Amino acid sequence: MNKVYACIDGLKTTTAVVDWAAWSANRLGVPLELLHVLERDPDSTAVTDFSGAIGLGAQEMLLQQLSDLDAQRGKLAQEAGRQMLASSQARAKAAGVPQVDGRMRHGEFVDTVIELEPDARLFVLGEHYQAVTASKLHLDHHLERVIRAVKRPVLVATTEHFAPPEQFVLAYDGSPTAVKMVETVARSPMLKGLPALVAMCAADTPAAWAQLGVAKGLLEGTGFAVETTLLPGDPENALPPLPQLQGAALLVMGAYGHSRIRHLVIGSTTTTLLRMSKVPVLVMR
Amino acid sequence: MNFASIKQTWFANVRGDLLAGIVVALALIPEAIAFSIIAGVDPKVGLYASFSICVIIAFAGGRPGMISAATGAMALVMVLLVKEHGLQYLLAATVLTGVLQILAGVLKLGALMRFVSRSVITGFVNALAILIFMAQLPELTNVTWVVYAMTAAGLAIIYGFPYITKAIPSPLVTIVVLTGISIAMGLDIRTVGDMGELPSSLPVFLLPDVPLNLETLKIIFPYAATLAVVGLLESMMTASIVDDLTDTPSNKNRECMGQGVANIATGFIGGMAGCAMIGQSVINVKSGGRGRLSALTAGTLLLVMVVFLGRWVSQIPMAALVAVMIMVSIGTFSWDSVRKLREHPPSSSIVMIATVVVTVSTHDLAKGVFVGVLLSGIFFAHKVGRVLRVDSASEDGGQTRVYRVVGQVFFASSEAFIAAFDFKEVVPKVRVDVSRAHFWDITAVSALDKAVLKFRREGTEVEVIGMDEASATLVDRFAIHDKPGAVEQLMH
Repeated sequence: MNKVYACIDGLKTTTAVVDWAAWSANRLGVPLELLHVLERDPDSTAVTDFSGAIGLGAQEMLLQQLSDLDAQRGKLAQEAGRQMLASSQARAKAAGVPQVDGRMRHGEFVDTVIELEPDARLFVLGEHYQAVTASKLHLDHHLERVIRAVKRPVLVATTEHFAPPEQFVLAYDGSPTAVKMVETVARSPMLKGLPALVAMCAADTPAAWAQLGVAKGLLEGTGFAVETTLLPGDPENALPPLPQLQGAALLVMGAYGHSRIRHLVIGSTTTTLLRMSKVPVLVMR
Repeated sequence: MNFASIKQTWFANVRGDLLAGIVVALALIPEAIAFSIIAGVDPKVGLYASFSICVIIAFAGGRPGMISAATGAMALVMVLLVKEHGLQYLLAATVLTGVLQILAGVLKLGALMRFVSRSVITGFVNALAILIFMAQLPELTNVTWVVYAMTAAGLAIIYGFPYITKAIPSPLVTIVVLTGISIAMGLDIRTVGDMGELPSSLPVFLLPDVPLNLETLKIIFPYAATLAVVGLLESMMTASIVDDLTDTPSNKNRECMGQGVANIATGFIGGMAGCAMIGQSVINVKSGGRGRLSALTAGTLLLVMVVFLGRWVSQIPMAALVAVMIMVSIGTFSWDSVRKLREHPPSSSIVMIATVVVTVSTHDLAKGVFVGVLLSGIFFAHKVGRVLRVDSASEDGGQTRVYRVVGQVFFASSEAFIAAFDFKEVVPKVRVDVSRAHFWDITAVSALDKAVLKFRREGTEVEVIGMDEASATLVDRFAIHDKPGAVEQLMH
């Protein structure tokens, strides 16, 4: 686990993804690899033969026809991918990353990410991964699956602009997982030196303040400047309007906490926060 | 299975799947009727089977985009069972077939397909095409010229209509036109209605009416075993054809179990056993079908059309059906295999032809495949057996003879191995260098024994050097030349 993977697709968040990945790679002091997955789009079967008649050598002819079609499409996609990788590589090099590799793979995006996970320290993704004209859930589908599938942190570039963060907000709920997340952040060089705000959505009780104190203590122990705040209401409503999350900042939070079924019924805090956040989100397991 | 892959295999290609499903459903109806007639049962048995297998495989199968239904390969196997014992035993055998197929899936026997070579698969496909064609001949013998004219017209429409438009399935046009002509002119020719009962309602659950005892099992088991093997063979072959066509992977073991589930359910609603169909799957992919939705559409639509248009379906002249089936047989046949018969190595061509000949003469696809696999094994052993070279050289001023063995020593090459030694030569010492040879089986070990002991009996000192570890283990366990009293043992 020693690489930052920037998952790029040529859509509008690509440059932001490359910039964020370069920034993270510099921070972590690890190499950067740009990943572009050539996915097959099953919608684009261009054969329109409903005659239902099969003659001599039908199978061979059909195979020839389909593979020619795929070959043409594949060549174009490869060429486009290569150009995009080259320009992104140049961009990351210009941002001062010493080692930038490019990699193109065929297959399902999520499968590829899972295959590469053992080598990865961090994945950087753009939010609107697949720009198909469908519902919002569909838009975030790739991203959501990656966040559910991988155990490494995922940095999500939610906008097309990059600005080096001047502070970060840590969404905290006092649970053991959240404490672990704070410990990881405290140890990692990625956010070193940035002022931190630990935000918790809970009722104003001494117990809540005590839990915040734990997080504060952990972060201060490794030299962070920490403030804490207690917010009323749900995280998805309370966090995005925070003044600290309006400028150049980063939101750090845990990944999908509750079950699939509950997610289907009421939606997930993580998904909603990803959608609402104006700043990039670092999602951690 | 997670949410996203459900979405991927079901709804990634909705428009293409729905349209292809319609085309397939229209092509399935004549086939299901024709295969019921081959098996000797009412058309409704094949139609119910095609509906239920098609729909269940859409959910349970491991190869999206593949079409399964009542098939010719299976129908050919069950002819005798139906003739001797009747429909109820066929239904019981269908259920048992499903059970055996699920077992095969659980035991992951799909992996055994790697022993079935490309030539055997091609032979299977060609034999199937020939059998489907031959099954049409009874409809074309002892009939009036009207039937020939109708069949010829049918074929002309099937292959000619796509030049006008590819938007409407041409087999459908054939059937509609020929049925119209036959009704309008009041022709006295055989129709589907003459062949037996058509479905008048949706299928209902029923238990096969057979005594549950050992006697029944004895009757149905051999048929069920053959059906299971043939069904899985054709399904696995079709799956790899669809894999190739769409350039996507499939889950072979899931397909085995899916076929099993489909057959069990089919047996309980009064349908005959079935499997994947090569011709229909090619039609499906050709019409743009890629996902599970196309099989579901095809199955559902087939039943709806047959139940509600049953009156019209029974009017379809058999000549129209024969034309469609001839098309299926031509389309299933692997034309490439004939064209390249001379380019391919002779052993491959022989395997292919043997598979076809055995299948066509026995009407049993399982026997054909068995012979094909056996032949490819023998040819392979023969070829590898030729990878054996023994060089000899004289050393130490004629005092030592060195044999260098290179290659594979096993049952097919052991004779050549022994023949390479010159036992007549009088030398004090022989060294056999086997460092670039491998001994595979007991035949090889005993050949080595024989050579060493033969030299010893002539008074020659023998040394075997450079044996690799695997061969050495075999020799240690089974050879006698390296153990005391070896010469005496050989003489006994």
